[in-house]
Amino acid sequence: MAKMNMLQAINDALDIAMAANDKVMCFGEDVGVFGGVFRATSNLQQKYGKDRCFNTPLVEQGIIGFANGLAAQGSFPVAEIQFADYIFPAFDQIVNESAKFRYRSGNLFNVGNLTIRAPYGGGIAGGLYHSQSPEAYFAHTPGLKIVVPRNPHQAKGLLLASINDPNPTLFFEPKRLYRASVGEVPEGEYQLPLSEAEILKEGTDVTVLGWGAQMEVIDKAVEMAEKEGFSCEVIDLRTILPWDVETVAESVLKTGRLVVTHEAPLTGGFAGEIAATIQERCFLYLESPIARVTGMDTPFPLVLEKEHLPNHLKVYEAIRESVEF
Amino acid sequence: MTTTKSKTVYTPGFTDGAEYRIPTFKLLKQDGTLYKGGKAPDIDKEKALRIYHAMVTTRVLDERMLAAQRQGRLSFYMQCTGEEAAIIGSTAALDDADMIMAQYREQGSLAYRGFTIDEFMNQLFGNEKDYGKGRQMPVHYGSSKLNYMTISSPLATQIPQATGYAYGQKMAGSKQCTIVYFGEGAASEGDFHAGLNMAAVHRVPAIFFCRNNGYAISTPANEQFAADGIAPRGFGYKMDTIRVDGNDLLAVYQATEAARKLAVEENRPVLIEAMTYRLAAHSSSDDPSGYRSKDEEAVWREKDPILRVQNWLTRKKWWSESQEKELQERLRREVLETMKRAQKLPPPPLETLVTDVYDEVPPLLNRQFEKLKAHIRKYPDEYPKSAAHVQRGA
Repeated sequence: MAKMNMLQAINDALDIAMAANDKVMCFGEDVGVFGGVFRATSNLQQKYGKDRCFNTPLVEQGIIGFANGLAAQGSFPVAEIQFADYIFPAFDQIVNESAKFRYRSGNLFNVGNLTIRAPYGGGIAGGLYHSQSPEAYFAHTPGLKIVVPRNPHQAKGLLLASINDPNPTLFFEPKRLYRASVGEVPEGEYQLPLSEAEILKEGTDVTVLGWGAQMEVIDKAVEMAEKEGFSCEVIDLRTILPWDVETVAESVLKTGRLVVTHEAPLTGGFAGEIAATIQERCFLYLESPIARVTGMDTPFPLVLEKEHLPNHLKVYEAIRESVEF
Repeated sequence: MTTTKSKTVYTPGFTDGAEYRIPTFKLLKQDGTLYKGGKAPDIDKEKALRIYHAMVTTRVLDERMLAAQRQGRLSFYMQCTGEEAAIIGSTAALDDADMIMAQYREQGSLAYRGFTIDEFMNQLFGNEKDYGKGRQMPVHYGSSKLNYMTISSPLATQIPQATGYAYGQKMAGSKQCTIVYFGEGAASEGDFHAGLNMAAVHRVPAIFFCRNNGYAISTPANEQFAADGIAPRGFGYKMDTIRVDGNDLLAVYQATEAARKLAVEENRPVLIEAMTYRLAAHSSSDDPSGYRSKDEEAVWREKDPILRVQNWLTRKKWWSESQEKELQERLRREVLETMKRAQKLPPPPLETLVTDVYDEVPPLLNRQFEKLKAHIRKYPDEYPKSAAHVQRGA
């Protein structure tokens, strides 16, 4: 075990993946000798050479198009998009190409080796274009996997699993936690399973579900709620697509209540998908409406960021209202 | 660090680059003789006949399948007519192990590499033998054994993918290259810029082959770009560039052969612009009489690339009128017979609806599939393609 922040854990995962398989290549804007604007790829070029860790021209559709071709060829591209806010120029390559490569070719070709890393999320005074959480756009796309870690241990294990998974995977990194989240991380190679939610705390009154940086917010809210005597079951979804319906449904069958929270706007957010599915599975067991605590249906604001975000107080209020309904 | 090595001037002088006119490389005249000063590439009789066979196969297949679409036997079709020399000439200059990433009008490449009439038909009819499991529209062919990447409809997406594929080939030390075909319309997409710039920066063994056939559906080339075609863009990326007569098999072959050498031996990506003409409609859903004249088409019919090769072969005494007649008749018969066979084959089994989305069917999708099967069992008459299959208990 070693104490690491999330960036160090990600860097460690990339280092391990590149050492284990010389077909793993890391590239994107400024990821080369500079090591990335957040330093996630620090020292990888120095260690593995310019051919395996390199800068690309500033063109997101090119980065992902290039990565698709490289993955189809049999290499293991780990492409970085500098901010999730700038993944949209590559939307066509991801949604029409990466996601459909295997299906449309009848499995003659695939880009399963592809991993796309992108820092996401708000809370860092990033304004409109350094704060977004675009997971729901991609969750509407069969063929993709979408993974979000909550701390350094998860980041390393889930990233290694994403790189080795035989499907194209989007790995969204909560940049607010890059340096803020520090924890014990096992040395060497280990993987955490995809499409498996994790129950962090068992409880009986209400299920509180989230992912990524929102798990910290949930922790604080649950701490407040438990002081009031509410027993909360806390679940980290970890994989947005394909998501672990069974674990969530089983929990709600027990607690009868569900609060889902994410930073992204409410309308069309992934909480809507979860709420609809759980309502269908757990209808006779629900004792209160499923609550969604999310960002507002606005672009991500700069100065009023705190008002916009679904912080611990908003989540706490939703837990209380759900239990007292 | 600036990479511009320019000299300084003291008055504002603009340039639109018009002084750099890119010439068109030609070797073969329509009558089958060579232009003075040109030297034919080294193509032996066996290879010449393999090329010619692929050209005629493509033409015959296109004619018959367009007719089949018109008769309602097929949902959709796209012809390669007029562009056979550009496509087959370039593919023939490659190694058969080189990767081909095409747009959709390059069935000639597959014909050259040995895709059988059966394989074409299975895809067109989306039957149980289609490699693509009936999931894509007709003409979206793919073959892993022939190194022909499965076609997709979104234009130009394959261009940066070719750059990435070629980078992988370079890293693997395979001494192979990737050729990527696209039309002059697709070259207006952002992915064209992305793919060529990245290829030049990363020095990948890729050949960017533009079929400039004058039209993107109804849009003539002069509404597609203001410049002198696609080739001048190569300069902007510092890419080795050549323009060839796309109806001239020998010129296309020689240019591509030289391009492959640059790509594979020196990791220098190449841009080839083949000037040709889309003699057919854009697709079976298009009628060109709405946007161009018969007179214009007639001019290009005179430059038919297949007749030009036939004339060349005849002059070399490698081909005769009787061989031509025999080949045409045999191919027509084979296409018809194969079509009948392919049409009768059953559709892909129902589970192919949900397989290959991922490497394994996820639980949520599997639930949807079980629900669908129960539904089909309830309404079997409404789902004639799948009902028998479901009732057998699959």
